[in-house]
Amino acid sequence: MNSSQRINITKASSHSAISEGKLTRWLLSTVALSFLILFLLLPLFTVFAEALRNGWQTYGKALSDADGLAAIKLTVIASAIAVPLNLIFGVAAAWSIAKFEFRGKVLLSTLIDLPFSVSPVVTGLIFVLMFGASGWAAPLLNNTDIQILFALPGIVLVSIFVTFPFIARELIPLMQEQGSDEEQAALSLGANGWQTFWHVTLPNIRWGLLYGVLLCNARAMGEFGAVSVVSGHIRGETNTLPLHVEILYNEYNFAAAFAMASILACLALVTLAIKAVLEKTHGLKH
Amino acid sequence: MDIQLSGISKQFGQFKALDSVGLNIQSGELLALLGPSGSGKTTLLRIIAGLENADIGSVYFDGVDMANTPLRERQIGFVFQHYALFKHMTLRENVSFGLRVKTRAFRRPAAAIRARADELLKLVQLGGLEDRYPHQLSGGQRQRVALARALAIDPKVLLLDEPFGALDAKVRKELRQWLRDLHQQTGVTTVFVTHDQEEALELADRVVIMQKGKIAQLGSVDQVYEQPASPLVFNFLGDSNIIAAQLQNGAVYVGDAEIGAYSPSANIAVLDEGAVDVYVRPSDLRIADAEQVGIEVVVNSIQRTGPIVRAEVSFAHSTFGQSHSTLRVELPHLHHDVPRFQIGATLRLRLMQFSVFAPQTITAVREQLSAPILIGRERERLAG
Repeated sequence: MNSSQRINITKASSHSAISEGKLTRWLLSTVALSFLILFLLLPLFTVFAEALRNGWQTYGKALSDADGLAAIKLTVIASAIAVPLNLIFGVAAAWSIAKFEFRGKVLLSTLIDLPFSVSPVVTGLIFVLMFGASGWAAPLLNNTDIQILFALPGIVLVSIFVTFPFIARELIPLMQEQGSDEEQAALSLGANGWQTFWHVTLPNIRWGLLYGVLLCNARAMGEFGAVSVVSGHIRGETNTLPLHVEILYNEYNFAAAFAMASILACLALVTLAIKAVLEKTHGLKH
Repeated sequence: MDIQLSGISKQFGQFKALDSVGLNIQSGELLALLGPSGSGKTTLLRIIAGLENADIGSVYFDGVDMANTPLRERQIGFVFQHYALFKHMTLRENVSFGLRVKTRAFRRPAAAIRARADELLKLVQLGGLEDRYPHQLSGGQRQRVALARALAIDPKVLLLDEPFGALDAKVRKELRQWLRDLHQQTGVTTVFVTHDQEEALELADRVVIMQKGKIAQLGSVDQVYEQPASPLVFNFLGDSNIIAAQLQNGAVYVGDAEIGAYSPSANIAVLDEGAVDVYVRPSDLRIADAEQVGIEVVVNSIQRTGPIVRAEVSFAHSTFGQSHSTLRVELPHLHHDVPRFQIGATLRLRLMQFSVFAPQTITAVREQLSAPILIGRERERLAG
């Protein structure tokens, strides 16, 4: 049998598999759709329904509660520190992995994925073990006023740890695909390193970078496990949004809990919407 | 500006890309680096540019050692194989990039930069397309933008890496002529890398033929074509027939028949008497007159392909012990020899021009022959 015949047969069989199995097709799409509705849309709807169960007034009151506002503020501050730091780290790591050859490149590339494979609770514990009263770094901190655990620095540290793969992982394939010809061309034309980065590299990666930042930010704001371990749950002081939701829920204050949760849900929706727009207009493929 | 390379070696892991290469490039000349894939030609070009550093050896621009001069200060115009245009910039922005990134003290006013970019785009026949983006252009147009961008910084030397490699045959021919004209206008020292012997011979003043990280031959187009220094160079520059022969009293014999006098060129070591290989191009075989020396052959087949008639012939006397028992002959279709090439006819052929080398082992010949075969494939891939 020659190859063209073989191709024809494969084509024909795959074609018939699609056209004949109407029942299969219907079953598959029904399963997929029901799954989507059951596990994604319904919970999302519930969040907003529960949040508004007692009307807009209660919703507004829950959001303007002093502890709630403090939680929002803390979440925004922690993300505002963690995301830019990860932006710098992500660009640097992606740049070096995609454009240079060096010893330990494989190691770096593997280590970047570490936070994906470590449970967030374990991440939190690592930082407790390091900075806790009897931790490794405790002797260094004992003589200073610096409070890391149960304070903003601890929350920022775990947020950075948990979210650092997002931007790097977004950029590495993009930069590898683009190679370094354009950068070399810029250098040969007399541009210095900064001009090359700013005028050539950055414009080429901007949409991937923005997408990475969005994902990183969404995760930084939504992180629960790791933050929960290091935060200490002090109301109005070290409670981030997700932690505050849990506390309210445990106090049977459902309306307020869901109101807070709805903010996080909105963040997720906005992130998805921007992502969709970016993919449509700039052809990002993921 | 003239360029001297001395003792350049470069290794990538276990692979020796360049093995103590020395080369003098004269000011204003158009030089081709020709060789099969992996011969080190692109690495050499990148070392001249400063895109790569040599492990050993030095690069001198006008006698000044460039070891501590980075790429961005060498003032070279480098044209990349795949153009490397800035995708997000218009043509004008691309071409003016080199002028815009200069430090304030050396930067011309914005209007002057703009005018210079537009002037260069006109020079490369892309006037009117200043506000287009690279993705809106054809391959040949992109290549011309890349050239204009490289010329914008008034380079001391223009380096081109396989400049026409990715273009189709017709555009390639046009751009060759155009580059030749441009070189005459600007007079910039120009070095280009190619694996296409036709391109090298047509464009360059001098050709450097590279093999396995070394220079196999350096010379004018006529020199390398007519007096190839090695079987490799001969094979690389065109089709070849290889005939086992004997060297006796300053004459070359195939079997009993004399085919010509042995006159060693300056490039090669003088051969001892005895067995030799004769290399002759299919287009250098013609029918011998009665008084001329030649070898008797029988015509096996004839193929007409427009302007060229190709014939395959075998030796009339099989006692020569030939490893390649057939020869290929090429004639212009209007040549007066053509009617006499009839299948089965016995003819006496003379070798108008041939080269004599020491006999090669079969593997050595295969190795050398493998180079042009690879190039054929490379070209197909690029054209497709």
